[in-house]
Amino acid sequence: MGRLEPGIHAGRLSPAEYEKNFSELHPVFSDHEALVASDRCYFCYDAPCMTACPTSIDVPLFIRQISTGNAIGAAKTIFDQNIMGGMCARVCPTETLCEQACVRNTAEERPVEIGRLQRYATDKAMGAGKQFYTRPASNGKSVGVVGAGPAGLAAAHRLAMHGFNVMVYDHREKAGGLNEYGIATYKATDDIAQKEADYILSVGGIDVLDGEMLGRDFTLADLKAKHDAVFLGIGLGGVNALTVEGTHEFGVVDAVEFIANLRQAETKSDVPVGRRVVVIGGGMTAVDAAVQAKLLGAEEVTMCYRRGQEHMNASLYEQELAASKGVLIRHWLAPKAVLSHSGHVTGITMAYTHLENGLLKETGHTVDIACDQILTAIGQTLDIAGLDTIRIEKGKIVIDEEGRTSVAGVWAGGDCATGGEDLTVSAVAMGRDAAMSIIKALA
Amino acid sequence: MADIRNNFVGIKSPNPFWLASAPPTDKAYNVERAYAAGWGGVVWKTLGEEGPPVVNVNGPRYGAIWGADRRLLGLNNIELITDRPLQVNLQEMKAVKKKWRDRALIASIMVPCEEEAWKAILPLVEETEADGIELNFGCPHGMSERGMGAAVGQVPEYVEMVVRWCKQYTRMPVITKLTPNVTDVRRPARAAKNGGTDAVSLINTINSITGVDLDTCSPTPSIDGKGTHGGYCGPAVKPIALNMVAEIARDSETYGLPISGIGGVTTWRDAAEFLMLGAGNVQVCTAAMTYGFKIVQEMITGLEAWMDEKGYATLDDFRGKAVPNVTDWQYLNLNYIAKAHIDQDACIKCGRCHIACEDTSHQAITNMVNGVRHFEVIEEECVACNLCIDVCPVESCITMVEKQPGEIDKRTGKVVSAEYANWTTHPNNPMAKVAAE
Repeated sequence: MGRLEPGIHAGRLSPAEYEKNFSELHPVFSDHEALVASDRCYFCYDAPCMTACPTSIDVPLFIRQISTGNAIGAAKTIFDQNIMGGMCARVCPTETLCEQACVRNTAEERPVEIGRLQRYATDKAMGAGKQFYTRPASNGKSVGVVGAGPAGLAAAHRLAMHGFNVMVYDHREKAGGLNEYGIATYKATDDIAQKEADYILSVGGIDVLDGEMLGRDFTLADLKAKHDAVFLGIGLGGVNALTVEGTHEFGVVDAVEFIANLRQAETKSDVPVGRRVVVIGGGMTAVDAAVQAKLLGAEEVTMCYRRGQEHMNASLYEQELAASKGVLIRHWLAPKAVLSHSGHVTGITMAYTHLENGLLKETGHTVDIACDQILTAIGQTLDIAGLDTIRIEKGKIVIDEEGRTSVAGVWAGGDCATGGEDLTVSAVAMGRDAAMSIIKALA
Repeated sequence: MADIRNNFVGIKSPNPFWLASAPPTDKAYNVERAYAAGWGGVVWKTLGEEGPPVVNVNGPRYGAIWGADRRLLGLNNIELITDRPLQVNLQEMKAVKKKWRDRALIASIMVPCEEEAWKAILPLVEETEADGIELNFGCPHGMSERGMGAAVGQVPEYVEMVVRWCKQYTRMPVITKLTPNVTDVRRPARAAKNGGTDAVSLINTINSITGVDLDTCSPTPSIDGKGTHGGYCGPAVKPIALNMVAEIARDSETYGLPISGIGGVTTWRDAAEFLMLGAGNVQVCTAAMTYGFKIVQEMITGLEAWMDEKGYATLDDFRGKAVPNVTDWQYLNLNYIAKAHIDQDACIKCGRCHIACEDTSHQAITNMVNGVRHFEVIEEECVACNLCIDVCPVESCITMVEKQPGEIDKRTGKVVSAEYANWTTHPNNPMAKVAAE
């Protein structure tokens, strides 16, 4: 009966079902599988996959290293460009990046499995505790990094590698940022985000202060006074709230928070979920929330997006994944009003939409979808607290090509800054490149 | 339907596919399975002289090299001749031949280089009613240390002498199996012909070490930490075998001498190539050892289908057809001009042609045109070397296009001539000037 209990409840599934649902989507390659997969790489000249990678990993080289039994060397090739190669191998939308660029697509519509090969190599190296980088003697200079997410840790690692003393401030308890709190559970099993953070921090020279929040516990001016340079990798701390009637009712939940709670839950059977769930949004967060709501045992999960499929931010691969898990994706539906009874959500009224001269308009027709939980994934926002006078445009900290902000001595990167793609891999690239700019500036 | 029946020096078989003398033909059990699978003939595993049989190692006998996805490309072995008593082999051969009348059965023989030894064994073999004998002058490992196998094949005088004894002491057709471990394979072939051989078969295996175990510092295959060279065979040796077959086929002294082609035959196509270069049939080993005897069914049906498509009714219709086209470098037409051409629709833009040409050849392929990734031949630089075709992962994406007489070769700026002209008459050839005077 637990399974079909109306309302929001935990324990809808058997322990075996939870186990199965939250195990890894793609297990790591065995040695033989890696060999066979790596054999397919053509070792292209000026390889398109490498160009497509935001961190410019030398993909043909690392795959060739795998094919010759040198997985550790392959890992170094990856980490040289992307110290979070392990997480990126799991969460990168490779189908729109390296694997989309693979020339094998042209001939046979099946790319080399670059992401899984990267996972194979990085797992081997991290599993063996192989450290490729040694920190030189401290150069006596100090850099403050705000945010222990992909951008912040990538910057910190690069700076530490060059002898800087790095202080990382993060308001959360654990390092990793969205890797720890924002990635779907089945993509980041086995505590990989913490293992990776530990691996990165083990280079030395990096101190992490947790529970420290910019704007609450310190200001940018404090940091500037304390450090020779500052890097902001603060991500998008706020979320857009649903601005329709009834959003205060019990059962309306921010999808980011839902995903974070699920990730942190020791036992997935403790995480409550509605019998019928509606997810509002069309991006990766919406998909991650919808799929996981289904995996938690929701009977019906409907993802509603106010525009058409072609406008969705979630990749086709992610959409197909959601569909394969039983999520119904509906387009051209915008939230109108939350329906409730005795303070509990009972449904949502959605307005049909269409484009009129390029502008999104409601058609005047509506539909009620019965549900007991609504997950909102309608965008994240920059939390400007503590940012002082730094220049912000369209909700992002403005940076130049080297990651410099409008404030001298302050760099930024990742989701909080302009030019990012809201991907782990681009955050890593921005953090790494800003670090190189800091190194140059403080030389 | 093409008729692929084979008549090799009077030995008839339903098809030209024989199993070579090797591990797969060591006993009746295997040979009968081979016949049942469709093999046209079998050369029984080499017989030694009467007495205690040879012994083999009790560790690995084979080593290998692999291509992508562990496709076996080359195999090497250190197995000796049959390690079963001579009488057992002879009895089994007789029984098998009686049962499989329509199949060829050849006895491979290796005994010491003494007239008495050959004189003693030949009547015993004849008694089995085998269709012929093959003289094993080829095995490069083990037996050669005892003055047999390749040790004989490497000395043309010995080859001729032994062949002469055999022709003297048996009525059976004599096939002389040659070793490739010589500088010029034509010399032992000529010697065999002078001794009166009915045919030659080649190549036997090539001296080889397939690898070194980097942990034990031992060559592989390794026996208790030591290794020895073995005989190399399989797809990797086919080009070497084809050349040696062609050398004998076109040599004025051995022209017309029947050849049983051996060396890396894996598909019907390989067999057809050997036949076109003058072989009367082929012998196979590694393909069977890799895939089992059933592989012959692909060879038979593939050869028939191709012959039907080409309109060849019998094997003789195409046998040797490539021999007149094998020539010396000096006779190649220097006025033949070709240029590589890349089919842009088929190109997957991997860039391998570009980097191969750019780094190691003639800088004749673009990688970028108007800021776009684009691979195109620069005819002004292209010498038609073929490297781009060889490294391209897509079949027929790059082709060589022959320049027609009257067209301009953009590399030299000269008009392509219809006339044949080779090095012997080329002005840069000092010998040509002497000849002209």
